Amino acid sequence: DIDGVGQKYHLELVLEDVLDKDSTVNCTAEVLYHLGNNIPPDVQFAIAGELKNAEAADNIFYNRIKSLEKELVAENIPDSRGNVSPEMEPVHLLAWVASGYVIWQNSTENTKFQLAQIKRVKQVKRRDEYLEFDYTILLHEMVSQEIIPWQMTVLWHPQHSVQVTQDSRQPKHA
Amino acid sequence: DQVLHVVPETFQQVQHLQQLCSTLLLDLWKPQLFEDIWAGEDLHIRVPAPLVQEVKDSLDQHMISYKVLIPDVQKLVDQSMPRERSSHRQVPDGYVYTQYHPMEAIYQWMTQIQKNNSELVTQHYLGKTIENRTMYYLQISQPSDKTKKIIWMDCGIHAREWISPAFCQWFVKEILHNYKSDPKISRFLQNLDLYILPVLNIDGYIYSWEKDRLWRKNRSPYMNGTCYGTDLNRNFNSSWGSIGVSYNCSSEIFCGSGPESEPETRAVAQLIERKKSDILCYLTIHSYGQYILTPYGSTTKPPSNSEELMHVAKQAAAALMGKYGTSYEVGSTSLILYSNSGSSRDWAHTIGIPFSYTFELRDKGTYGFILPPDQIQPTCEETM
Repeated sequence: DIDGVGQKYHLELVLEDVLDKDSTVNCTAEVLYHLGNNIPPDVQFAIAGELKNAEAADNIFYNRIKSLEKELVAENIPDSRGNVSPEMEPVHLLAWVASGYVIWQNSTENTKFQLAQIKRVKQVKRRDEYLEFDYTILLHEMVSQEIIPWQMTVLWHPQHSVQVTQDSRQPKHA
Repeated sequence: DQVLHVVPETFQQVQHLQQLCSTLLLDLWKPQLFEDIWAGEDLHIRVPAPLVQEVKDSLDQHMISYKVLIPDVQKLVDQSMPRERSSHRQVPDGYVYTQYHPMEAIYQWMTQIQKNNSELVTQHYLGKTIENRTMYYLQISQPSDKTKKIIWMDCGIHAREWISPAFCQWFVKEILHNYKSDPKISRFLQNLDLYILPVLNIDGYIYSWEKDRLWRKNRSPYMNGTCYGTDLNRNFNSSWGSIGVSYNCSSEIFCGSGPESEPETRAVAQLIERKKSDILCYLTIHSYGQYILTPYGSTTKPPSNSEELMHVAKQAAAALMGKYGTSYEVGSTSLILYSNSGSSRDWAHTIGIPFSYTFELRDKGTYGFILPPDQIQPTCEETM
């Protein structure tokens, strides 16, 4: 508890590769939630070890999308039964990463967000080397149990990190 | 033809049975005469095959419980003659337990399960949903002359948690497949009866299949039909409406217009209340999060038997982890999750059921409610 500033937490955690459960790496982090909860928490972290190199897979996905004649469009990933087609796996993973940013920017000590589903994704063709995707995702908030639609614009290139250039909370439709 | 064992509880029920027997000319095996039917006394009635369903429906509608004493009279007759017995299937052909099933299929599954395992399984009427669908539970009970304690398990109180009804179906299948060969299960059934409610929130479940995969509540209309759904797990009469709820229908944790305002809640509560002195354990299955939760959600004050509750839960979590390494957190909802009131688990404990647990199955949020079907089997196996 830091008077006049907020609450700071020291964390020791283990990161696990979603695609390879045996691949883990230790991590330490410090999270500072500010008083008043209207600014995103500050996060500092250190990873003890290296994250897996996914260059080859990244490039395959990148080239596939770049060579599409029509922009990629998809809905409901995963579908109702929980299935994700192999072609959509990278699109799903990209949404996961990007939603992490949105979740971070909107978290307080009283929220627990998870990505529930990608409602819709549409590729936006660009003239430069980046890939751009316009996502509408559904976030599940554990304490209120609410499902919150969120729009996010995601930029990516294999040699650059994922960027969320725009995001906005959407109204829940009746 | 089947022989049903019925014990009428009230005078009205006796009258109804007398009427049924005389109108349909049913063959009364016990007692000899209609006039000798009394409340609290055993009745054995042979019902001709074409009338079986009609009679059962009529009993259901009058809340008269029955057991099938002889599922197939002809078979029994044949068996009493020296002839070779044909092997029979115990579980329905071709039902795929590693897939999610819509409600229609689950209704059919229940009928089949009872039909194929009638010496052990009876399907019972529980009540009606707000959209007037029938709620049934399955009773798995080995015939015996001693009264047995009951373990109650309900699944699917929240519509979007599909892995939950999938687990109930799996559980029933496992018990019925293995009760003869597995000494643990057979000992279990010698001493305990199992009451399984595969889908509690039927309307919500159907809605999550047809309209909105992430629907949670029931489909009760409020505000002149402009807003739908009460969170059934905030609707029970345990510190109702006090904490962790919303009084606004548009919220996912709307607690309803009062404790037990919803027919689904009342249906479950009435039965459990009626049988509470025999119920040893109340289990309610949810997802996700990987928790075994003990009472209470509305207060951090521990329940009277908190040590025992925790001890059993920790053993369960350890056993679960032993299967595939899946880790479950154990503790009271108010301490490890969040505060809530009106939960079925808290209510069950308050009325005296000693062991009351909420299971939150896989996963921890990676897929959340939309758990891929290839995880049905491992989830069910480890939870079993």
